[in-house]
Amino acid sequence: MTSEAKSNVLDPLIDNNPITLQVLGVCSALAVTSNMMTALIMSIALTSVVACSNACISLIRNHIPSSIRIIVQMTIIASLVIVVDQILKAFAFEASKQLSVFVGLIITNCIVLGRAEAYAMKNPPFLSFLDGIGNGLGYSLLLMVVGFFRELLGAGKLFGYTILTTVSEGGWYLPNGLMLLPPSAFFVIGLIIWAVRSWKTEQVESPDYQIHQVHRTEVL
Amino acid sequence: MSDTDNLEKKSTGLFASVLNLPNDSTKKTIIIAVVLCFVCSILVSAAAVILKPMQLSNKKADIKKNILAVADLKSNGNDIDELFKQFEIKIVDLETGEYVDDVDSATYDQRKASSDPAQSINLTGEQDIAGIGHRAKYAKIYLLKDGDQIKQIVLPVHGYGLWSTLYGFLSLENDGNTVKGIKFYQHAETPGLGGEVDNPNWQAKWVGKTIFDDQGDLRFEIVRGQVAAGNAAENHQVDGLSGATLTSKGVSNMVNYWLGEGGFGPYLTKLRTKG
Repeated sequence: MTSEAKSNVLDPLIDNNPITLQVLGVCSALAVTSNMMTALIMSIALTSVVACSNACISLIRNHIPSSIRIIVQMTIIASLVIVVDQILKAFAFEASKQLSVFVGLIITNCIVLGRAEAYAMKNPPFLSFLDGIGNGLGYSLLLMVVGFFRELLGAGKLFGYTILTTVSEGGWYLPNGLMLLPPSAFFVIGLIIWAVRSWKTEQVESPDYQIHQVHRTEVL
Repeated sequence: MSDTDNLEKKSTGLFASVLNLPNDSTKKTIIIAVVLCFVCSILVSAAAVILKPMQLSNKKADIKKNILAVADLKSNGNDIDELFKQFEIKIVDLETGEYVDDVDSATYDQRKASSDPAQSINLTGEQDIAGIGHRAKYAKIYLLKDGDQIKQIVLPVHGYGLWSTLYGFLSLENDGNTVKGIKFYQHAETPGLGGEVDNPNWQAKWVGKTIFDDQGDLRFEIVRGQVAAGNAAENHQVDGLSGATLTSKGVSNMVNYWLGEGGFGPYLTKLRTKG
């Protein structure tokens, strides 16, 4: 693998994570992370959609008229999402029922269109494919971490298997119901972003504006 | 750049002449849009057609699984068809509450019948508290029998929640009044909020509740928040889902519609008087 290919896959995991650094795709990260199984299926679905849409868009990038470029990208993404949704309904029926509308909402996931516009429109298909895989995995990694905390603290389970026996089942653990509600994902994601940026300080954004000292030679 | 450039050099004729047009020319824009739509629609329809048989069999198995679950029959996943044989499938004329024998119960599809004008009735706004628009004349119900004795009655119900129509089954004990279970097999409510209709803990709260009071009046209700302990109607009330007032309301209306005069009311009355 060339260094660019390698960095396409590895960078989005932590250094350029679509959720923690680019802050894209947060909506679905809130919705599907209340248990790890749905988070995993969603991750796989999104990763395959980003990778394939990046590859397809990159393949025809030199012939996409710029006036209809977003529509072209959306059409490709939407078609792929429908195909993924159909596949889930055929092979993973239970999971597709749990994910319900969120598979369809991959269409509006900013990561997919974001990568198509930012990377696939300017780079060859294979690198774009890897870029999609990388960003999908970055999204997946974060979803799994958030899902881990939410399911463990909210239900005392991981992938549906009991880890901490809850009080209602005769154990000692009193589950935190808030962890099962979408707002908790906000807190968890916020804490993760804080942790990652304390560790990798180069991710800290510079303030949007600073009070500017006007110098005498400057023309206002 | 190189991969597509090569492609262009090799291709000749009409194809190449289109590709060689400037990207922003009207002609190329239209051609690209049409070709793209064509390719994408083939992809989507191919996926839908090829996978349809599997999806349908999943759906059928899922409905059977739900009927077993709502009747509280434990399944290990492989014996679904075997367990399902315990049910006697009956077609009921909702208006009269009588069984209909000239319709094949195995192939009758109530959902299809609901949208067929010949087999359904339109509901007026006043009747239509469940928000379903029209209702099939005949309903397909499942009787769990022990010999000749009916043990449970599984009724199909559906009604509009917040985003979607919820489809499910309600199981009653042989008094036609006490709830044995509720399950939904299809809905698109918000996961975590309205989607909690699938939560087994919430569904467990339904068990043992009664739909009708001693006078035979429909009293069932899903309340906001928790049922006040000790109130007179406690036996007819179920806790609402937190953060899902409209879904709860929809489910409440659904039960009131389907067990009321417009739904299975006449049938249940007959069942009760026959004993």
